Amino acid sequence: MTRRDAVIRRLQAIVPDEAILRQPEELKPYECDGLTAYRRVPWLVVLPEHEAQLVRILKLCRDEKLPLVVRGAGTGLSGGALPLEEGLLVSLARFDRILELDPVGRTARVQPGVRNLAISEAACPHGLYYAPDPSSQIACSIGGNVAENAGGIHCLKYGLTVHNVIGLRCLTLDGEAVTLGSAGLDGPGYDLLALVHGSEGLLAVVTEVTVRLLPLPGCTRTLLAAFPTVAAAADAVAAVIEAGLIPAAMEMMDRPAILAVEDYLQAGYPREAAALVICELDGPEAQVEAEAAAARCQFERLGAFRVQVARDEAERQRFWQGRKSAFPAIGRITPDYYCMDGTIPRHRVAEVLAGIARLADKYGLRVANVFHAGDGNLHPLIMYDAAAGELEKVEQLGREILDLCVRVGGTITGEHGVGVEKLDSMCRQFGAGELRLFHAVKRAFDPTGLLNPGKAVPTLARCAELGGMHVHRGRLPHPELARF
Amino acid sequence: MDLTEALQEQVSTAYRRGRPLRIVGGGSKAFYGRAVEGEVLALGGHRGIVAYQPSELVVTVRGGTPLAELEQVLAAEGQMLGFEPPHFGPATVGGAVAAGLSGPRRPFAGAVRDFVLGVKLLTGRGEVLSFGGQVMKNVAGFDLARVLAGSLGTLGVILEVSLKVLPRPPLEVTLRRRLPPAQALGAMAELMGRDLPLSGLAYDAPFLYLRLSGLPEVIEETASGLGAEYLPDNRFWLDLREQRLAFFTAGEESLWRLAWAPAAPNPDLPGRWLLDWGGAQRWLRTTAEPDAIFQAAAQAGGHATWFRGHGPADPVFQPLPPPLFKLHKALKEAFDPKRILNPGRMYEDL
Ligand SMILES: Cc1cc2nc3c(=O)[nH]c(=O)nc-3n(C[C@H](O)[C@H](O)[C@H](O)COP(=O)(O)OP(=O)(O)OC[C@H]3O[C@@H](n4cnc5c(N)ncnc54)[C@H](O)[C@@H]3O)c2cc1C
Ligand SMILES: Cc1cc2nc3c(=O)[nH]c(=O)nc-3n(C[C@H](O)[C@H](O)[C@H](O)COP(=O)(O)OP(=O)(O)OC[C@H]3O[C@@H](n4cnc5c(N)ncnc54)[C@H](O)[C@@H]3O)c2cc1C
Repeated sequence: MTRRDAVIRRLQAIVPDEAILRQPEELKPYECDGLTAYRRVPWLVVLPEHEAQLVRILKLCRDEKLPLVVRGAGTGLSGGALPLEEGLLVSLARFDRILELDPVGRTARVQPGVRNLAISEAACPHGLYYAPDPSSQIACSIGGNVAENAGGIHCLKYGLTVHNVIGLRCLTLDGEAVTLGSAGLDGPGYDLLALVHGSEGLLAVVTEVTVRLLPLPGCTRTLLAAFPTVAAAADAVAAVIEAGLIPAAMEMMDRPAILAVEDYLQAGYPREAAALVICELDGPEAQVEAEAAAARCQFERLGAFRVQVARDEAERQRFWQGRKSAFPAIGRITPDYYCMDGTIPRHRVAEVLAGIARLADKYGLRVANVFHAGDGNLHPLIMYDAAAGELEKVEQLGREILDLCVRVGGTITGEHGVGVEKLDSMCRQFGAGELRLFHAVKRAFDPTGLLNPGKAVPTLARCAELGGMHVHRGRLPHPELARF
Repeated sequence: MDLTEALQEQVSTAYRRGRPLRIVGGGSKAFYGRAVEGEVLALGGHRGIVAYQPSELVVTVRGGTPLAELEQVLAAEGQMLGFEPPHFGPATVGGAVAAGLSGPRRPFAGAVRDFVLGVKLLTGRGEVLSFGGQVMKNVAGFDLARVLAGSLGTLGVILEVSLKVLPRPPLEVTLRRRLPPAQALGAMAELMGRDLPLSGLAYDAPFLYLRLSGLPEVIEETASGLGAEYLPDNRFWLDLREQRLAFFTAGEESLWRLAWAPAAPNPDLPGRWLLDWGGAQRWLRTTAEPDAIFQAAAQAGGHATWFRGHGPADPVFQPLPPPLFKLHKALKEAFDPKRILNPGRMYEDL
């Protein structure tokens, strides 16, 4: 009997047979997440339905020293849910119930497989919603959102996932349940609730999420401003924030993105603009009206040649439609594209976009930019043709773009995570000391290293190989000295 | 002044000798947490604003910078710390972050940890490490910067911290309305469920207090629908934050903090209550036994802190269930393997 057969037999004692996927055609759909450049047909997929089953699966993994990857909806963009060579892929798709919705306390307790948008849909009849809204919100799971600390268009004002979750129930690899946070706004002890956010499935398995719900805003105003240069648009974004406004969203698109969108669905964006800013304000009506006027004034002052305020909901939707369709629009004009993700200080946007354009020229590739300008989170879309063998060149350009982000004081990922995709760039952003502490924290939660191994935190040896660090026999010269 | 080298030297020496250190910022929160025996690691001289760009809404400061000094610098640019930290005396920024206490604005703007973007810290091994950064969104590596918030110096010494700041609202006003205690929680839940420009919501019998922040015309319109009277100034919130209200100063009973579901009823404990954070943070002056209070808090899915009035070795924070405490110990071990940083300040064995 092979090891796989032995594991199947043990799993059959835990879940019904149909919850164990083992045939090639059953496994194939799980070979990658949203980052399709990396694929591996899983060894075995298991779909538990109850926490008790999950506990037994974890104990099985621990006893058999079998590594495992937890998968939410598989929309991740850094290969975090990429299956292992020899290990379990545990899908939480069946943990899809909203356990409790408390309209008075304004919270919802949900299972991790619940889709992000489903929470707002359930809360809507009570005049409430869940604020973080990744573009993948119709598909991605709240468990995956926690693991990636997902952001979205409205994060400028309402924060990331970590700011909107007040409690988690997690299982450690020992199968022990821990509750993090509390029914109040904070929990006792260390803020492990914050630590689990963005930990990419390396520390614990999230089995319940309690989110904070917010009252639906009384009023929303959306502005579209067109600029003759990227620099003017970037300055205008900064000016709005300097003026003391915190818009609910402030998004930016550059010319290649505008043209692709216009060709795709005629959103009514001015084709002659070098950059567009979409700015949304929400809150009590009088406040929103005043802020919209103030934002408009800043846009005009900084050279916008057209500023439109959506007159009704239909027009507002049309403004957003273009922004939200940017990815498929780019997909139409190129065989393949690669979506990058990095954050920079807002005041360096113009300079970094110019740098990206220069790098793109160097590699002979086209890049379009659609991004969360309000928080400096860039998403350059590199267009290429995989069939023409361009992937390697694309990855190199991607790395150079991330290096540029780090050089101006930014980071290699704002919301998509490190996964397997950005392991090498981690070596640029962090020194050996930081990486060692990451590994120590990982060991604190998962001493045997079976949870999502090989993701998110590179080994020191890997960084050394890349020439980012010179490590001899795992030891650094002068370990007593600080490294930056 | 940048004292990184000297501080690192002192921690490295303590690490080699396995001798505990007691981290002292401004000494303002000596009453908070459990007592620590150890050589003083004084952060007070390690001060100064390292970087501040108002248009980025980010400030980076050294740990020993007086909180009041930072607040002044921000105010000059029309900005503020969104979490409204209590001072309780000559507080430092590092101490405020390490203590993790947030003021009345917390349910509307966020907690200390929500505003921490990055830290430079000294581990218990004397290593200087940086996590997070100065940008709004960053998910590279584990978020060790946020974990330092509220860790009471037991994981690392905060050398520098980058904080997100907020624009100061154009106008703030305070209103109050007389209300029987039995109606307070219901009234607060109702207000929290509406899209109002609230920035404070507390109940100190017999009054419900509201703070509104925003544009004058918006505040006027909102206030007129609330059936409450204007107070002449906003001092109430400062006195609440700094615990100078009569509720805190009169009487000899211990002061407890309970964090809990905002609309849940008060547990059956003797004493006087003050409700803040729309009900999510409750203060209790009581002579009840600590065990009874911790138990009541746990039963309600919340937690309790013996804020003032305890002895040096009393349990101050909610006892943690064993699997959770195991994680705490393992995390402490990762940061501070010889337990030299503020040992016992939070929990006896931590
Ligand atoms: C078109 C498109 C647009 C997107 N837009 C955004 C955006 O605007 N903002 C943004 O932040 N992201 C965006 N994403 C990325 C992705 O949707 C998010 O990262 C999302 O949070 C992933 O959720 P998921 O359920 O699909 O997770 P998966 O891809 O299944 O898993 C992601 C990671 O989380 C771990 N994980 C999942 N569930 C759990 C759990 N219960 N416990 C522990 N670990 C778990 C996995 O092991 C893996 O490491 C986008 C993706 C696509 C395809
Ligand atoms: C001269 C002097 C003698 C003292 N003697 C004693 C004594 O014998 N016994 C006793 O129990 N207390 C004593 N204290 C008080 C005790 O040391 C302080 O309560 C504690 O160190 C917090 O200082 P603080 O109020 O400045 O902290 P705050 O600045 O208000 O900070 C609160 C918490 O944060 C920690 N902290 C402060 N700065 C940092 C930083 N940069 N990085 C990480 N953590 C930080 C503190 O250790 C404390 O846990 C003394 C204080 C002084 C000034």
